[in-house]
Amino acid sequence: MTGEVAVLGAGMHPWGKWGRSFVEYGTAAARAALADAGLEWRDVGSVVGAGTVRGGYPGYVAGATFAKALGWQGARVTSVYAACASGAQAVNTARAQILSGLADVVLVVGADAAPKGFFRPAGGDRPDDPDWLRFRVLGATNPTYFGLYARRRMAVHGDTLEDFAQVKVKNSALGALNPNARYRTRVTADEVAASAVVADPLRLLDICATSDGGAALVLSSMEFARRHATNQPVRIRAVSTVTPHYPNTVLDLPDIATDSAAALEPAADPFRASIARAAYEEAGVGPEDLSLAEVYDLSTALELQWYEDLGLCGQGEGAKLLREGATALGGRIPVNASGGLASFGEAVPAQAIAQVCELTWQLREEAAERQVAGARVGITANQGLFGHGSAVIAVR
Amino acid sequence: MVDGWFTGDGDGFRLLGTRCAACTSLFFPREDAHCRNPGCPGGHLEEVPLSRQGLVWSYTDSRYRPPSPYVTDPELPWEPYTLIAVELEPERIVVLGQAAEGITVADLAVGMEVEVVPGVLHEDTETIWTTWHWRPTGVTA
Repeated sequence: MTGEVAVLGAGMHPWGKWGRSFVEYGTAAARAALADAGLEWRDVGSVVGAGTVRGGYPGYVAGATFAKALGWQGARVTSVYAACASGAQAVNTARAQILSGLADVVLVVGADAAPKGFFRPAGGDRPDDPDWLRFRVLGATNPTYFGLYARRRMAVHGDTLEDFAQVKVKNSALGALNPNARYRTRVTADEVAASAVVADPLRLLDICATSDGGAALVLSSMEFARRHATNQPVRIRAVSTVTPHYPNTVLDLPDIATDSAAALEPAADPFRASIARAAYEEAGVGPEDLSLAEVYDLSTALELQWYEDLGLCGQGEGAKLLREGATALGGRIPVNASGGLASFGEAVPAQAIAQVCELTWQLREEAAERQVAGARVGITANQGLFGHGSAVIAVR
Repeated sequence: MVDGWFTGDGDGFRLLGTRCAACTSLFFPREDAHCRNPGCPGGHLEEVPLSRQGLVWSYTDSRYRPPSPYVTDPELPWEPYTLIAVELEPERIVVLGQAAEGITVADLAVGMEVEVVPGVLHEDTETIWTTWHWRPTGVTA
């Protein structure tokens, strides 16, 4: 397939609260990915950095910041920022450069040193910024949006607090097997229930933490891979970076209101489902072809929503799929075999890249105790603030 | 802070949006620059009051103090407040807002009718920052 690019290397810096610069995490991840690819930094023709708004200028100009830390060698450079979808946009940029012939080998890097506690908007009085407004006018932190979605699921689909807790139980058991995860302890449903309520009905252990961490990939053209790789590499077959369709009728971060559907009927698919559909169409596969999925579990309840938006089950059937064990390791379609954000926490520009790292290791059958048997096709799903779609499909 | 988002007092209090004269698309918070319907050539955007009553789409609360730019007094213990997302049926829009003082998640259910009422976001010695609150219909403060 002419649209494919090869994943020659994947690497991470372990996630946690390390208290160091994001540059250090990204550089460590990049070196790990280069070593995994069997390539030198000088072999890289282009570096794409996923940006972070923290760290002042170095965060905004992530591509060059990582290139300098690795040693200036003249590579083409790009920096991209798309909030939580920054990593997917970095992968997409690298792929576009490879497919257009601008570069043969591209290094993609994302890393962050996240603040403690709630994410918050940049400083200053900015009433023209929806992200600033939702904090100033409503005090609406990210977890309050997760709480709204969770309560809505309970009312409409009959999900229970126990269903939400079981997502954490599943993901923490997988995170316990992942040396790159921040949290490596299995959590019980009783422990979730005993944790403090953050945004009703969600508790502390239903909501992902903020973390430091880094992830990197070395991507190449299929022709380069044929010449240099010893084995058939994992291939990226689709990258979805779609925006919503007007009117977007699901209340979403950071907006105070939905678009009105009074003048125009909304599209059949809500935004999250359209992200997955675009990826499936580009890859020429469907949910039934998947071996595993890595989804953006900002909260336990949101993971159930993704099951439906990825088409792993029908609308409203997410909790049923979980209860059946289908999304656990050994089930029909394991979700978040890495442990997910429940085990990693958010390191915003790194997380969509980290998802592709996990697909790579799974598709190579290098995931050790958390290996999904016979993995052949995987999807990642993510979403960036302000309408950035994000999904990647990789195959072996 | 949010000029032109609401108007009036008491029973006359209303949220204000804008409506495109060409395609009738409605916007809240108000859109004054250009109609955002991708199929619309763009029409004059007129100010319109939104429905006074709506149905609870969902609700939650904030058990921890939000960071700035939300304004709170760090000297005082944190008092959780409730947030309600409300579906206005004629406008087919969902609008988030804080619940009126004293309303907790225990007072609410998805689908319940609420109404918009004037409220105070916070005040200091010089300024009172007003806002909108959602309150179950018929409840008086």
